[in-house]
Amino acid sequence: MTSIDTHHAAGTSAAPPAVAAWITSADHKQVGRLYAGTGLVGLLGGLVLAVLVAFERIDAEGYQLLDANSVAQVLSAARLLLTFGAVAPLLLGIAVAVVPLQLGARSLALPRLAAGGYWMWLTGLGLAVASIIANGGPGGGSSDMVDLYVLGTIVMAGGLIMTATSVATSVLTSRAPGMGLLRAPMFSWSALVGSVTLILALPVFIGTSIYLYVDHKYARAAFGGNVGISDWAGWALSQPFTYLLAIPALGMVLDIVPVMGRTKLAQRSAANVAIGIVSVSVLATVTQSTVSLPWDGEKFFDNLGDKIADLLPWGLLTVVPLLGVLGVLGLSGLTLKNGKPRVAAPLVFAMHGLLTILLGVAANVLGSIDDAGLRGSIFEAGTYVAITFGTVTIAFGALCYWGPKLWGRRISDKAALPLGLLALLATALGSIPYMIAGFADQPAGALDGFSYEGPQELWNALTTAGFALMLLTTLAFVALALKSFTSGEAAGDDPWDGQTLEWATSSPPPADNFSDLVVVGSATPLADLKSNTNGKDA
Amino acid sequence: MLALPPAPQAPARRQVFVATSLAAAAGTTLLGGMLAMWLQFRADAPLRESAKRGMIKDWMPAKIVVPEVATNMMLIGLCVVCVMAQWAVYSAKRNDRTHAGLAFGLTALFGLMVVNAQVYTWTQMGVAVNGGAFHTMFYAITGTMMVLLVSGLVFTAVAAFRYLGGRTKELEVVSANALYWYFLTAAFTALWFVVYVQK
Repeated sequence: MTSIDTHHAAGTSAAPPAVAAWITSADHKQVGRLYAGTGLVGLLGGLVLAVLVAFERIDAEGYQLLDANSVAQVLSAARLLLTFGAVAPLLLGIAVAVVPLQLGARSLALPRLAAGGYWMWLTGLGLAVASIIANGGPGGGSSDMVDLYVLGTIVMAGGLIMTATSVATSVLTSRAPGMGLLRAPMFSWSALVGSVTLILALPVFIGTSIYLYVDHKYARAAFGGNVGISDWAGWALSQPFTYLLAIPALGMVLDIVPVMGRTKLAQRSAANVAIGIVSVSVLATVTQSTVSLPWDGEKFFDNLGDKIADLLPWGLLTVVPLLGVLGVLGLSGLTLKNGKPRVAAPLVFAMHGLLTILLGVAANVLGSIDDAGLRGSIFEAGTYVAITFGTVTIAFGALCYWGPKLWGRRISDKAALPLGLLALLATALGSIPYMIAGFADQPAGALDGFSYEGPQELWNALTTAGFALMLLTTLAFVALALKSFTSGEAAGDDPWDGQTLEWATSSPPPADNFSDLVVVGSATPLADLKSNTNGKDA
Repeated sequence: MLALPPAPQAPARRQVFVATSLAAAAGTTLLGGMLAMWLQFRADAPLRESAKRGMIKDWMPAKIVVPEVATNMMLIGLCVVCVMAQWAVYSAKRNDRTHAGLAFGLTALFGLMVVNAQVYTWTQMGVAVNGGAFHTMFYAITGTMMVLLVSGLVFTAVAAFRYLGGRTKELEVVSANALYWYFLTAAFTALWFVVYVQK
């Protein structure tokens, strides 16, 4: 068999693009960078608001920084920015940039759809945030601005669907010859699963929002006016919708771990299943399934058949995703055990993020049991923080890992490594105290006028410290990323000794990624090629 | 320098067709979710006495009458659109531009007929958008369907211009156009049954 070079000659990389090129480009690396960069900005904005919200909760008597009229808006703006302004664009952006490279494709499928999706998402998010600033949003006082908020979220979700469609189509149609779907790298597989779940779940959000918009604008007869927006569309800013956004992060972990462990992924088929079963949460997302467990003391065995029938959908929709995340953790551990791990920033970020996602998903299993009495309490915010911050932490690791392919330079590993530890500490501080306060019946959505048994100030102060620490960690990471982007250490083509196709092209890749189409014969084509080459050399 | 074995000529990737399938899936959950909420609101509505049917849900106001001929014609029209769109695929595969063009034209014509019937239905029913829960939800769901229908017409126009403009080898766009109309017909069938038949 003849061989061809997949590596472009030096000097073929395009010159730095002008502003117009940035705006009009349909190059998937460019669109991915735009998504990820905007996502980091959204993350900073969301964290600033989250710190404000947490700070206000420390003292439940009176407001220190906010006023009573803006509480609902600040709360919803923080969630909106963290969920749709940070997590979604970060994950989708990295997928847009990296997935075609992993598949051995010269471009993303329907790249203009992805680029159009980015601008649509940005426009919608901008409208939604602007409307909140102008007294709109859930619970807002300006009727027109409330309408604008709903309209903005519809546009924003539409943009995300467009980009997700482009990513899913790429994985389904643009794989290199020989790369069956189960041979696709784990991140590409998870990007497919995550994109398809978004394509199925977000239209339900859009449909609900269309009802809300028409009803709020013309009649206010069915959905409770401005206050009803959170009741009807708030599920998109909570669990289990956040699971869907976290699915690509699980694939990132399963791509980073074997490379950092200098071995192959253990039980690859099981890894495909583990990621796949998290996607059942798309059903939970649109059905919002909860359960009242049959904890009736002496009457435990009464109507046991009915009780089991109640448990089944809850188990399917709530426990199965937990099993998926546990599976990813177990396979990661097994892979690291089989290899010779090197402690590098991507691995630290990935494992810490995975642990905190597991904490959030496990906590949500508890929170969805009506008998636990956690509904309506701040416990939900704790699970949200664990999953959201965990996903963001993994995204940081992914940016460290794939940075060379996104902008050609590495983020300093030495400088980024401590941030992985800080992110874990920040997430623990930001989530666990809220979970404890939830058991003490601190209400969700309230910043003032509540009291409960327990050290209220302590838990809320710890959470504020956690959010502030996450804000600082993010600021430091953004500074590192910017430094790397402008003057970082030039990365080689394969700085991590990778196993998949993205490491077979230059850093950054040229406009069309690969000089020629390649055929692959395994899930780790580059690793196999290296071992064959080494064998011949020996 | 690392090198991988070269690949043979890549097969057709059918990206537009796959993306259209995903769009159809998205449209299904969009309308499915809206219909589910419609059904929930109707189920939660109080009861009222009907002269013809005894106690019924007080959901659609008694004075509103659905023009059933128009709504039924919409359904029939969409079925015809599917036949025409599939005819376009059949003709395009045989490189029969004349019949493909005719099929595209008829697809668009019957699509426009459905749009016209929807506008007629709105005007005949006389539902005031600010009249209550039924009213706003009626316009929201039928308006969404209308947007999807207009998207179908735009898709047909693009597919027709591409094919008739000379890109006769790119059959997947023609097939994707037919797929989209199949989806619209299925979606409208559900909407027709829930909104116009069950009311």
